[in-house]
Amino acid sequence: MSKEIQNAAPIGRLYGFLLIFLLCSVALIARAVNLQVTETEFLQGQGEARFMREQEIPTRRGNIVDRSGEPLAVSTPVDSVWVHPGELLEAPENIAPLAAVLKSDAEEMERHLNQRSGKEFVWLRRRLHPDVAAAIEALDLPGVYLQKEYRRFYPAGEVAAHIIGFTNIDDVGQEGLELTYNDWLQGKPGLRRVIRDRLGRTIEHSEVLREAEHGRDLSLTIDRRLQYLAYRELKQTVLKHGANSGSVVLLDITSGEVLAMVNQPSFNPNQPGTDSEGLRNRAVTDVFEPGSVMKTFSIAAALEAGIATPTMPMDTNPGSINVSGHTISDHQNYGLIDVTGIITKSSNVGATKLALQMESEQLWSVYDRFGFGEVTGSGFPGESAGVLRNYRHWRRVEQATLSYGYGLSVTVLQLAEAFAAIADEGRLRRPSLVQGANNPAVSVMDPKYAREVAAMLETVTGQTGTGKAARVGNYRISGKTGTSRKASAAGYASRYIATFAGFAPSSDPRLVAIVTINDPSAGEYYGGLVAAPLFSTVMGGALRLMNIPPDNYTAVVAQSPALDPTPIGDIDGGAD
Amino acid sequence: MNTRLLIVVLILGAVIISALGVVYARHQNRQLDVHLSELENQRDDVIAEWSRLQLEQAWLGDAGNIESTARDYLGMGTPASTHILVIQR
Repeated sequence: MSKEIQNAAPIGRLYGFLLIFLLCSVALIARAVNLQVTETEFLQGQGEARFMREQEIPTRRGNIVDRSGEPLAVSTPVDSVWVHPGELLEAPENIAPLAAVLKSDAEEMERHLNQRSGKEFVWLRRRLHPDVAAAIEALDLPGVYLQKEYRRFYPAGEVAAHIIGFTNIDDVGQEGLELTYNDWLQGKPGLRRVIRDRLGRTIEHSEVLREAEHGRDLSLTIDRRLQYLAYRELKQTVLKHGANSGSVVLLDITSGEVLAMVNQPSFNPNQPGTDSEGLRNRAVTDVFEPGSVMKTFSIAAALEAGIATPTMPMDTNPGSINVSGHTISDHQNYGLIDVTGIITKSSNVGATKLALQMESEQLWSVYDRFGFGEVTGSGFPGESAGVLRNYRHWRRVEQATLSYGYGLSVTVLQLAEAFAAIADEGRLRRPSLVQGANNPAVSVMDPKYAREVAAMLETVTGQTGTGKAARVGNYRISGKTGTSRKASAAGYASRYIATFAGFAPSSDPRLVAIVTINDPSAGEYYGGLVAAPLFSTVMGGALRLMNIPPDNYTAVVAQSPALDPTPIGDIDGGAD
Repeated sequence: MNTRLLIVVLILGAVIISALGVVYARHQNRQLDVHLSELENQRDDVIAEWSRLQLEQAWLGDAGNIESTARDYLGMGTPASTHILVIQR
């Protein structure tokens, strides 16, 4: 009996324990299912969040280079130093050597950091000199870290500042081509997922979520040497004549490529200040009344309309003409001249007489076809279209003044585009600043008339012309002077814009240059006296640097044995 | 019975081998990863060096510097048209 009882009790207990174990394992399995199946996503996410990080793959901004690959804008990494104030302040004796390296006051720095001791990230100084960065790295202080950042440098400085523009501290283009081509230059930063340990060290790159797209380089049509030459000469001229501002644009006629585009005043793109006066690329953003250079196109219109030929006589007596109660006068009475003479001497009366014989639409059409009143499409931000009113709204006197360049406004780049078209037998090309631009030539005028006008322009630099100062030794130069009074609120003031627009070599034009000097205040103000000499030095230098042979070089060969024996340095000590 | 045991043993062996394989691949992955980031750093350093050299060259080759050196130290100048001899080939 007692044995039975002894046996019965363990069996009951056995089942009891079995049941408990069963329940336990059911509970474990249920929990496991719960964790593994129903809550797995949440838990996995939480777990990964503790060691997986998404990290940006940085990209470098593309370089900007000139037509021969010389750098004009380059990004290079520099170090910035930041601190974790809590970590650094644990050992305050470390602050002194750090402050010494950065050449700042140690107490000041300690106060600065104490104020921010709750933070984890404080910039100490950004974009350090490489030597300073190396010294900080050598100190190896706890809580002091270096961070690589890109900084943009512009080795050409103020010389090409307007074209290129600049970027802000976050490497985003703010002005010029840096702005226009920001997306092309910038690239897209990539993204990758990394696994980090407790100390924040990356121990595994698990996957790339998005490949980094690096910024691409941008090749400009600018030639750095020509840009420098034009800038130096422009600056000198603006200084010499006490002018307010000035611009020079140099264009390759056969391709429409802008070889140089400079303005005064300028600025240093490496440290762009707040002075906005120097920031504008005046050659494309500012408009002005071009004055007599427009006679080139009004005479072209007269030829095209069939009311004039280059040799047709024109009576400009008595040197003035009355149109609807307004008197239009010449600089002096030129008497009886021919149509070519209107260009040579720049006769307002002659141009007016021809303009009034034309239908207004004929004159407007030529101006319009040569691109006035429309943006050139160079892609430059803030480019101005200028103003050319529709011929239907012209009054009679307006038609007269338009023939010699008043009543419309243009940019320097538009003039360059239009003069290039005259030089290239009436083929107009959109000016381009970036290589590989698709700018096919469009014929806007019968080549016969364009050639006739080009021949007239050559007389301007002849013996009796207004642009003798634009001559370049051994080359034949065609061009037109312009002197326009500046319009102000109180009518036309006695302030002027001196212009010279021209191209060379005349027998086979390759380069066109437009020079404007705004408000010369040192006495001289005529285009032929202020702008033409600048045209001569810039064009002369450009022809030499571009290796363009003189027109009549066989004749030059024949007469050249008489070389000047004076040493070069003696006769030309810096005047160029 | 014997064949079933054999299959189980084989599969067990395969599981162990593949588990080791996973460990090995994982290890190799990390090592290559370290190597890759080393190379990437090296590449970035080289690019940085290149951009600095480009800048240095641009500063040195600056037309203004060359001109002032040529004029002031070497006494050079631009030849006037009377100094230019045009030759015909």
